[in-house]
Amino acid sequence: MYQPDWSVIPQNMGLFLEGILLTLEISALALVISIPIGIILGLCRISKNKIISFLATTYIEIMRGVPLLVLLFWIFFVMGRFLQLGPYWSAIVGLAAFSGAFVAEIVRAGIQSVPRGQMEAARSSGMSYVQAMRLIILPQAFRKVLPPLASQFIILIKDSSLVSVISVVDLTLVAKNLVATSFRSIEVWTFVAVLYFIMTFTLSQIIRFLEKKYNSYD
Amino acid sequence: MISIKNVQKRFGDNIVLDDINLEIPQSNVFALIGPSGAGKSTLIRTINALEGIEEGEIIVDGSSIHHKQTDINKVRTEIGFVFQSFNLYPFLSALDNVTIAPINVKKMGKQEAQEKGKQLLESLGLGDKINSYPSQLSGGQQQRVAIARALAMDPKVMLFDEPTSALDPEMIKEVLDAIRGLAKSGMTMIVVTHEMGFAREMCDQIVFMADGKIVEVSPPDKFFTNPDSERAKSFLSKVLNH
Ligand SMILES: Nc1ncnc2c1ncn2[C@@H]1O[C@H](COP(=O)(O)OP(=O)(O)O)[C@@H](O)[C@H]1O
Ligand SMILES: [Mg+2]
Repeated sequence: MYQPDWSVIPQNMGLFLEGILLTLEISALALVISIPIGIILGLCRISKNKIISFLATTYIEIMRGVPLLVLLFWIFFVMGRFLQLGPYWSAIVGLAAFSGAFVAEIVRAGIQSVPRGQMEAARSSGMSYVQAMRLIILPQAFRKVLPPLASQFIILIKDSSLVSVISVVDLTLVAKNLVATSFRSIEVWTFVAVLYFIMTFTLSQIIRFLEKKYNSYD
Repeated sequence: MISIKNVQKRFGDNIVLDDINLEIPQSNVFALIGPSGAGKSTLIRTINALEGIEEGEIIVDGSSIHHKQTDINKVRTEIGFVFQSFNLYPFLSALDNVTIAPINVKKMGKQEAQEKGKQLLESLGLGDKINSYPSQLSGGQQQRVAIARALAMDPKVMLFDEPTSALDPEMIKEVLDAIRGLAKSGMTMIVVTHEMGFAREMCDQIVFMADGKIVEVSPPDKFFTNPDSERAKSFLSKVLNH
């Protein structure tokens, strides 16, 4: 019978904490960068200009078609070589570029869910297209995209475990290294699974709270 | 004030406005009536360029609406538009619905815009609703907020596309009364409507449209007692005797 020894967990709490922080940091930075990317891409996708919408659609299709793992390797070994990105920024750029495509689709769906009459009312009062987007459409789209955007952030936290392959010492790589030295794979991986769950579950609760607050007008 | 010359509008192969000509003098109220699909909505939507046109010209207060060099955003501030379905901004209070364009388009100070917005809402009988959200208002109240929102820009012209068609019967009067008040103040207006009583009593001219054409333009007394066209006669016999 295998005798579990959980002492490996408290003994290495500092390492786990550093891993959690790096995982959250990379995911949050990637999300923060992917939101403007997503808004711009989403707006380009619904643009009347065929070239602009084609370019945006192409980007989105590529990001959906290439596995994140391959994308991370490509950015680290190909793009990173020319740009001197290093593992940390390669990870963030990779996650943001990948996530941006999904955020774009969320933004597009959010904007298109706002009834056409809203844009017409705004434009007929003299607002420019950009003003109407900023003052009338995006605030309404924002409320609609909050839940899917939250799911995207949760996906991002989970996907960020892949950055361990380009030697970013996130929670997953901390665990991998610890298993290699302590041989306590059952204890370490169980604990790490629980940690990921706590992060994503806390986040989904925060989002639920925000959703209630922002949807109070109807 | 509004001059429509030889306007043609197509949706694909479908000619929706066919050689439309109309002159609306300042302070006149024109009713636009006709069967569904006649092109009434399309016509008033071309007047503030919510729809483009293929041929012709529309001039409002000296500005050629569809001309490339016209600053359409500026011209639109002078043309108030009221929609059948209100199109209020659901995430803003009644007052914010009214002030958002003056503040952001006209660059009016927030304080001044709010003072003015409150006055407008009060004058339309909504003094106790300034902080309500659209979802908390009845249809008639929402449409009056929409009228206040349009008036907040100090337009020279007001366009109404079936402003009472989405309302329960008991709310129609309050909205028509608001439009009556505007007519008395000398506002130039075009009202697409099925309210024949209103058209007859309030309007200077009745414009009757069918199949994308203006069939007849007559003063109300003549139009409702002895219209020139057969189309208008048969239309009136349907709507007045139902
Ligand atoms: N966006 C559009 N695309 C294609 N056809 C349209 C569009 N809007 C209106 N039409 C067509 O134009 C004609 C006139 O419509 P409309 O102006 O709404 O008539 P009315 O307001 O008199 O009922 C109808 O045949 C309608 O189907
Ligand atoms: Mg119509």
